[in-house]
Amino acid sequence: MGILQQSRRISSDLTGRSGKSDSLDLEDIQHFLMSRPPARAARYEFLTFGCTTGGHAWVAGLIEKVGTARAVGSGIVDSRWVTIGFTWSGLRALGVPETSLASFPEEFRQGMAARADVLGITGTNHPDHWLGGLASPNLHAIAILFARDVTERERCRQEHERHVKECDGVELLSFLDLEAIPPFDYAHEHFGYRDRLSQPVIEGTGMEPTPGSGPLIKPGEFFLGYPDEEGPPTGLPQPEILSHNGSYVAYLRMEEHVGAFRDFLLEHGETAEQQELIAAKLMGRWRSGAPLVLAPDRDDPNLGANSQRNNDFSYVNMDPHGYGCPLGAHIRRMNPRDTAVNINRRKMIRRGGTYGPPLPEGVREDGKERGIAAFVGCASLVRQFEFAMNVWANDPNFHELGNERDPIFGTQDGTFDMTIPKRPIRKKIKGLPAFTTIRGGAYFFLPGINALRYLASLGSGF
Amino acid sequence: MATSVMPKGDSLKPQAVETPSKADWTKPYAMAIPKEGYFKLEQGRYGPIFPRTPACHGFSVVAKVKSGREQAIRDYGNRIEEAVKADPYVLAPLKLHYLRWILFDVGSGPHFMYQGIFDTDFDKYLEDAVALFVKTGITTVFVNLEGWPEDWKTNASAVIKFFREHQCPSFLEYGEYPYVTAEEIRKSLKLKAAFSDMLDLMQ
Repeated sequence: MGILQQSRRISSDLTGRSGKSDSLDLEDIQHFLMSRPPARAARYEFLTFGCTTGGHAWVAGLIEKVGTARAVGSGIVDSRWVTIGFTWSGLRALGVPETSLASFPEEFRQGMAARADVLGITGTNHPDHWLGGLASPNLHAIAILFARDVTERERCRQEHERHVKECDGVELLSFLDLEAIPPFDYAHEHFGYRDRLSQPVIEGTGMEPTPGSGPLIKPGEFFLGYPDEEGPPTGLPQPEILSHNGSYVAYLRMEEHVGAFRDFLLEHGETAEQQELIAAKLMGRWRSGAPLVLAPDRDDPNLGANSQRNNDFSYVNMDPHGYGCPLGAHIRRMNPRDTAVNINRRKMIRRGGTYGPPLPEGVREDGKERGIAAFVGCASLVRQFEFAMNVWANDPNFHELGNERDPIFGTQDGTFDMTIPKRPIRKKIKGLPAFTTIRGGAYFFLPGINALRYLASLGSGF
Repeated sequence: MATSVMPKGDSLKPQAVETPSKADWTKPYAMAIPKEGYFKLEQGRYGPIFPRTPACHGFSVVAKVKSGREQAIRDYGNRIEEAVKADPYVLAPLKLHYLRWILFDVGSGPHFMYQGIFDTDFDKYLEDAVALFVKTGITTVFVNLEGWPEDWKTNASAVIKFFREHQCPSFLEYGEYPYVTAEEIRKSLKLKAAFSDMLDLMQ
């Protein structure tokens, strides 16, 4: 998941020229889940509010900096994009009334650390080992900055630092700097897999899903206050001004153990071709992005790079037994396509990037932390994000596999397996090592712009 | 990448989870279950998770029938029969072995019991089950029960709460061929049929 060099397609579609975006309040929705500007650097700052007035001042001073879906999607050249969000305890620290706080869903009120058991974030992934104070109830807010380059990020960092100093009691708990890793001409993460190949497209944005990406998804699956796949919105947090146009995001900082991954490939493949095939079987795609369902025997980089073809497949008829893409492969778990029911109610929007230095080819593990720090956006953490973690990533009996978890993303401790269906006899890899470790996480609420004004003015008769 | 301060967190420690040992499918197995319905608390998305037993997963939802609604509930039995005839796989997402709907009266008025034996942890696929209940009309039968949320059509969380509150966990479960899933049984029968065909072809 490198940081983006994405085209402006979404942006131009969100200007309204398509005539289809009226239903979404683009002036009020934060851009974060809507558009993906071309950034190569990012910084996440995690903050705590020592006093309510300081928190208000911090929000008030940032409102004009936050990019709306309209502004970021306007095509106007910009060089930095700001998003802000709050934990439930952060909303309380800002003085949100108790009746309002109680109207937020239970999983958000509890926070990710308290839900670790539900999510399967156990063992070395457990919040006891998290970095940056993210498991603390003192985590109140996040400022997400994406910047065109490192120079612009540094300028913004200094500007934000000055602002924080002016806000009484506001302190930086921790931060994470992110940078895209080479090669820069396509999005990928440290293991080398091409990324961002399958993303939901929201109805009303004017965008069209690429072939195989499923139908347009109702905006209420991602933004509060809009119809979702079941109908009109219900049970939203109150007051409406606070919840309308808001979204929940689950943040995960996931270390990637590139050295262990490469060692594993060397152990299980005698030739470079065999090693690439093992890597592909774990993911369900070749590292080029070519899906195993369409390219089961050898890599097809042209297919992997072709967005009109690289997502155009399903499982029930094209690969029912997993001879191409194993039943437990990462992409088959995290997007089971036509093998899952109500899949449109499980869709999520991913944003984020890579952090840490790339590990050069041929170099063994160097002990430096590197990985993905990503956000999963949705309208219901329990129905969308927590389901994906609890069932798709970490249920050992997913697809009746019996003793497997997601080989890339699941919580692995050396006791789970990976089955690779193959004629005449399947291959089973026993005791899969952990290629990733969760090093931090949190649930945030990303309010709309009017909600940010409401939060900044609490207690002053807004 | 750089990370700054690491304050001492107040993170929560989840309770240890104990998975009951699984018996060999060739050996019948009985399991006595504590009153709570589980051995140690394992938190699911919507509450405690009930363990897989020799009789697989399952639930027994019991609720009192509203006055005069008994026949309406019986009539839904016919509706489900027709729905499965029309689409034999309409209930497939539930991964069922068996469903039993029972009406009974032990002197305090009619009660309805919905007992299902299935292969998935109910908590994991709760929303899918509720969506299917709505689609097939199963949910509608619950309208005739006391305690059913008035806003069930738009309030999935209230429906989930009803099921959890009316679930009566078993205190004993037994399996003659323990822990075997419906899919495994189906595969075994297909294999038997395939061998039978093969032997025919060898004649």
